Amino acid sequence: MSLVTLTIDGQQVQVPPGTTILAAARQAGIRIPTLCYLEELNVIGACRLCLVQVEGARALVAACVTRAAEGMVVHTSTPAVRHARRLNLELIMSNHPRECLTCLRNTSCELQQLAAELGVGEIRFQGEVSPYEVDDSSPAIIRDPRKCVLCRRCVAVCEKVQGVSAIAVQERGFDTVVAPAFLAPLGEVNCVNCGQCSLVCPTAAIHERDETEKVWAALADPQMHVVVQTAPAVRVSIGEMFGLEPGSIVTGKLVAALRRLGFDKVFDTDFTADLTIMEEGSELIHRLQNGGRLPLITSCSPGWIKFIEHFYPSLLPNLSTCKSPQQMFGALAKTYYAQKEGIDPARIFVVSIMPCTAKKYEAGRPEMNSSGYRDVDVVLTTRELGRMLKQAGIDFDSLPEEDYDAPLGISTGAGVIFGATGGVMEAALRTAYELVTGATLVSLDFEEVRGLEGVKEASVNLAGTELKVAVAHGLGNARKVLDAVVNREREYHFIEIMCCPGGCIGGGGQPLPVDNEIRARRIAAIYQADRQMPLRKSHENPAVQALYREFLGEPLGRRSHELLHTHYTPRERF
Amino acid sequence: MKSLAELDKLREKLQDEMRLREGREDVKVVVTMGTCGIASGAREVLTAILEEVSKRGLKGVTVTQTGCAGLCHCEPLVEIERPGRDKVIYGHVDEKKAREIVVSHLVNGQIIKEWIIK
Amino acid sequence: MELYRAHVLVCAGAGCISSGCQAVKSALVESIDRLGLQREIKVVETGCMGPCDLGPVIVVYPEGVFYRQLKPADAVEIAEEHLLKGRVVERLLYKAPEDGKTAVTSDQIDFFKKQTRIALRNTGIINPESVEEYIARDGYRALGKVLTSMTPEEVIECIKKSGLRGRGGAGFPTGLKWEFSAKAPGKPKYVVCNADEGDPGAFMDRSILEGDPHSVLEAMAICGYAIGANQGYVYVRAEYPLAVQRLSLAIEKAREYGLLGESIFGTGFSFDVEIRVGAGAFVCGEETALLASIEGRRGEPRPRPPFPAQEGLWGKPTVINNVETWANIPPIILNGPEWFASIGTEKSKGTKVFALAGKVNNTGLVEVPMGTTLREIIFDIGGGIQGGKQFKAAQIGGPSGGCIPARYLDVPVDYESLTRLGAIMGSGGLIIMDEDTCMVDLARFFLEFVQDESCGKCSPCRIGTKRMLEIVERITRGEGREGDIELLEELGQSIKSSALCGLGQTAPNPVLSTIRHFRDEYEAHIYHKKCPAGVCRALMVYAIDEEKCNGCGRCALVCPAGAVYGEKKKPHRIDLEKCLRCGTCMEKCKFGAIYTI
Repeated sequence: MSLVTLTIDGQQVQVPPGTTILAAARQAGIRIPTLCYLEELNVIGACRLCLVQVEGARALVAACVTRAAEGMVVHTSTPAVRHARRLNLELIMSNHPRECLTCLRNTSCELQQLAAELGVGEIRFQGEVSPYEVDDSSPAIIRDPRKCVLCRRCVAVCEKVQGVSAIAVQERGFDTVVAPAFLAPLGEVNCVNCGQCSLVCPTAAIHERDETEKVWAALADPQMHVVVQTAPAVRVSIGEMFGLEPGSIVTGKLVAALRRLGFDKVFDTDFTADLTIMEEGSELIHRLQNGGRLPLITSCSPGWIKFIEHFYPSLLPNLSTCKSPQQMFGALAKTYYAQKEGIDPARIFVVSIMPCTAKKYEAGRPEMNSSGYRDVDVVLTTRELGRMLKQAGIDFDSLPEEDYDAPLGISTGAGVIFGATGGVMEAALRTAYELVTGATLVSLDFEEVRGLEGVKEASVNLAGTELKVAVAHGLGNARKVLDAVVNREREYHFIEIMCCPGGCIGGGGQPLPVDNEIRARRIAAIYQADRQMPLRKSHENPAVQALYREFLGEPLGRRSHELLHTHYTPRERF
Repeated sequence: MKSLAELDKLREKLQDEMRLREGREDVKVVVTMGTCGIASGAREVLTAILEEVSKRGLKGVTVTQTGCAGLCHCEPLVEIERPGRDKVIYGHVDEKKAREIVVSHLVNGQIIKEWIIK
Repeated sequence: MELYRAHVLVCAGAGCISSGCQAVKSALVESIDRLGLQREIKVVETGCMGPCDLGPVIVVYPEGVFYRQLKPADAVEIAEEHLLKGRVVERLLYKAPEDGKTAVTSDQIDFFKKQTRIALRNTGIINPESVEEYIARDGYRALGKVLTSMTPEEVIECIKKSGLRGRGGAGFPTGLKWEFSAKAPGKPKYVVCNADEGDPGAFMDRSILEGDPHSVLEAMAICGYAIGANQGYVYVRAEYPLAVQRLSLAIEKAREYGLLGESIFGTGFSFDVEIRVGAGAFVCGEETALLASIEGRRGEPRPRPPFPAQEGLWGKPTVINNVETWANIPPIILNGPEWFASIGTEKSKGTKVFALAGKVNNTGLVEVPMGTTLREIIFDIGGGIQGGKQFKAAQIGGPSGGCIPARYLDVPVDYESLTRLGAIMGSGGLIIMDEDTCMVDLARFFLEFVQDESCGKCSPCRIGTKRMLEIVERITRGEGREGDIELLEELGQSIKSSALCGLGQTAPNPVLSTIRHFRDEYEAHIYHKKCPAGVCRALMVYAIDEEKCNGCGRCALVCPAGAVYGEKKKPHRIDLEKCLRCGTCMEKCKFGAIYTI
């Protein structure tokens, strides 16, 4: 394939045919500002901030959508270009509340950054502003159309990555708004609360529901015994909130930080991840041996659960009845732990630190009260925890490394890998293999189910039977697998589905920004953390073994059934 | 419609009617239809002429009517105008005569002298 | 078809329908039946004949007598007098406004005399519901000709040579567009007719669809043959139900006759057309937005290139032309490109249809050769300005066009000259303004329209036109500030160069062109707080003529602000500090004593 040669600001640049001016300029080290552009997902030329001058063109062109052509001469910084970019930004800002100092995205806002970069000195237009009000109907995601710049990145992610299309562009002209169809409240539509939209929003127009105040209040209440659990993915990402490299493993510092904040006990969701493997693994073996409904599909990811309830209700019987590790933890914290420590469960306040916005919705489901109380009181995303630590003046990087509390803080490497796509599958295979065959695995690493490939398949010999498994992450990929199952194009025994691309490490509550490179680094950190664990198989977790001995009896037993398993609700498509 | 020739045939047939709206007629047949004319049977004469012209597929013939020509005693009157020729007026025309006028005058170009009043 | 001695053509264009042609037609048909003339006289409903302000109009053939402004009773009289007895009804004929001269036939009327009808060749002459009448007027012969005796390349060459340019706005050479599509890789290819006419007051495309739908179908099939497409779509707005109905019927009839469908004329070439009804968003007239809408997506423009000719409907090469462009194709094929190129100017060939509206005597649909001057259109065809007032400006090219002031009346109307004057040809809206028009208010009106119809995708158009409107509004309210004109120019120029689509790029035109030609009016509003045309209410200054005022006190009674004062029976006065400029006092004064300055 011959290259295209063009001139950008006097520099000759050679690029493959089809390359945009934007990409060509980046290759030449020339920065062109963008706002609506999101690589491969949102290439629509709407914000008009990446305008450049192409010799011979009637008007300025958007660099993000214009392909380089042979002999093209591009200027990226003429007075006309700078003026048009600055004026367009000024216009966008004229319809944006000037609340930067009190905004959730203060200092992490792309609009703010562009304003600084392009040097908008003054906003000369004081006119009407977007007429829509904040939509706080969802337990997880808040929409603030006043701050929306209509870049549509959220719409693109919701449609193209997740295949949900809960939000779309509505109305026209100045009244254009990104919202659910018919301007319905977000909490009443098919939004799965994954929060991928909040990862790509350049401003605070769509963000997680901030519940830090509830946690501050609980911590300040001397009557409350406040315990916290941390999801596997948080330990490889929270460091980014404090300037550390993506993929830094900061488990010990995280525990220390939470103690500094005043939590009475710092526990680990990895513990209930191990427990999930015991229950779900047993469920798989049970279904395999008793002709149960197959394929069995994992149920850890609450965005995925709401998705299947809306879009594939006929497959609900295929879902594992296991609660997610977060909810297992909540149920045990207010029963097993309360009994063991002799604390009145009414006084126990359970906080989760999750990479996930959908966990907020999950914790509020009516069926999640099996302890007799709300099992998990508050779910904070990684970002919210980061903000709390900053507010508390904790110098995260200089903290010592500390260990989780026992018993709900004891875990194995199998629990850690729940944080990456393929991790639940791998953890389950490690345990199922040994339980079924009675033999010890030679290699614990199931490489076929790891990595960022959208749909991964593998086949494992389980005492003579070929166990066929599939792993999908991102709901668009989930659709592919489910359609193949529904249309009988593929036969599987076991499927892992994670709502977010990359799995929980790419969750909607994670530090910004998130792209594939950052996802890959966090995943690498997850597997490194796994390798560092002395125990790497869930059934070897001594605390889990003790739990069965002291409290639950056996996997899939009566008490497990009451506390650790759940049921699902078919929902409308729209 | 299977061919262009078929379209052409159809068009020629259809054009007779539309010629009326073009104002470029060759022959104009005028039936005077004042009260006097109608009373003495001009309507039947006109219908007969129309039928005959249509039946024979005559091209470039416009059949029209006009008011009383002041020759009430000779009604029904039929005038035939050809561009560049004198107007021919037939008097006391009835349905049968009308059909003959079409055949003789319009088709064969033979004026029926005995029926002419002018 | 049967032979009749007379045809009565009743105009059933939208203008005549709204002025009551259906009742006239019923009265006519009833009278004909009553008089026993039904076998001799055929009544035909046609599409728009053009002179809409004269409606309802009918034409009686073979004489070609033109009757106008008819009521049902007039129709009865025409039947009894003209159709039965052959006596033309004098009083219902057209009389020229300037000299009162009566015209018997339409070709004696200036409005018709000065027109050259190519796109409108059949509109108002044939029954649009009869494919036979279209065939009788050489319909589908052009299609027959290309299919049996021309190669696709020859067809494209013929259109290129004719010099035909798109009649929808930008004026892109039609033959070139076809050639791009023909050469573009990708199959299947598509042919699309843009009938999403959205300019306020424009009805060129509707009139053709309603009056001569087959001409569009035939042209699309010709294009299909030329570029190698077998499927066409006509995108019509839902607000044109009659056009949709006539077009559907036309498609049905054409299929019956084998003029659409499999192996047309036995040549092996197949082509069919489907209708897509749009929800009527103005922006869907933009070709990429239109294509998105046909595909079932939100009707929004996308950046070009790639142009639809290369990547159009479902990413396939697509030729998209507007209705009027299509209507020109069959005559070009039949009469040859040289014939077409002989009409018009050097760079703008053929004719253009305009919807003439506003303060002109004869409003309606007119088709004139390119290069005709505005003066000819307005004064010869349009019969001059109503009420003998002064011509002030013409708004050409729809809401995103521009205005042309009196000093350019003799400029020939073609693509290049209009662009030089800051206007555009557009799709053919032509609104005439007289001395009573405030140009700032006019700019506000059009800006409000485009602002309202912005799709909302790109920020300069979505927010920029809103901000421009806010500034213009405050100027008309008397709140204009120093620097507002410059700010409008800055914004307008920037939107022009940075908006995503053609609509956004032309949206500032009404403001920029009125500033360019009538800057003094803006200045009067801003600096002197005056509206020279006396239109902007907030800038009126009310005063009482002491000679005429008898002190009745009614004005003081109705004034909501208590601004009128004075003793009973003595002349009153207005306190301008308190006056709200509502004008109620002036309306209520029985003596004409209150006036504005």
